Amino acid sequence: MNSAQPGAEPAASPITCVLMLKIYQPLHDSLRRHSEETYPHECCGVLLGQIADGGRVVTSIARCGNTRDDSPRNRYHIDPRELIRIQREGRDRGEDIVGFYHSHPDHPPHWSQTDFAEAHWYGCSYVITSVVQGKAQATRSFELTGNDETEKRFVDESIEVAPEPMGRMP
Amino acid sequence: MLKIQIPTPLRQYAGKQAAVEVKGSTVAEALNSLVRLHPDLKRHLYTDDGKLRAFVNVYVNDEDIRYLEKEATQLKENDNISIVPSIAGGSREAGMNSRSARTLIRQMICPTVCCPACCCCQ
Repeated sequence: MNSAQPGAEPAASPITCVLMLKIYQPLHDSLRRHSEETYPHECCGVLLGQIADGGRVVTSIARCGNTRDDSPRNRYHIDPRELIRIQREGRDRGEDIVGFYHSHPDHPPHWSQTDFAEAHWYGCSYVITSVVQGKAQATRSFELTGNDETEKRFVDESIEVAPEPMGRMP
Repeated sequence: MLKIQIPTPLRQYAGKQAAVEVKGSTVAEALNSLVRLHPDLKRHLYTDDGKLRAFVNVYVNDEDIRYLEKEATQLKENDNISIVPSIAGGSREAGMNSRSARTLIRQMICPTVCCPACCCCQ
């Protein structure tokens, strides 16, 4: 596994992905569309589904408001009350929170030091879409590995976009 | 009984349960009851000096305890307590100034041309 460096697209570095995020095509399209709709502000949302060995399966997404009115072009924050509601509604459908997504308007689709410092959901995926001049570019995903603040790391993971809806992992 | 909702990343320290039933008349008592049942949770919720970690939000029903009586908040039978690690971030590095941000944007739009005045950036 490679831990990546923040700030720039690591195009020259080899990326070895053993982790995986599986997401149904319309959900993938929806989170990318969300990033264009809120441009030039950052969008944010929650990925729900199941965690299983080797990855996470996303079976629904929930769009959230960005509460960072003071700096929405380069910061995001999800209201915990919204998160509690999404968690409760997901639980009723048999889904858990498996990750989050947000956009980087006019920035690369790579985690920043701010993303890293503010990431506390170990074992979850953090999906980032770069948006340049209003158009969604690359979407990438990083798993927050480790078990506490001292050993956490973002690790690249591949995104498998599935053409068919997915149920629970076997 | 009170129910404490456990977020996905902390369930491995709570017997893989999504919710744990505890007793207590205040938030502090309920959380103490939780970490007595599941001691591995303690270092994830509290700092070494016993304070709730800054990124750990605790809600009683839909209210942030910071705006109630914090950990002294009184609880009623069947209250629902949620532990919610914060979700935040953003593209700009702490300390990145607007000039370096503009340079980064130029490089994304026009990676091969040395600005300041190429066609992409006018």
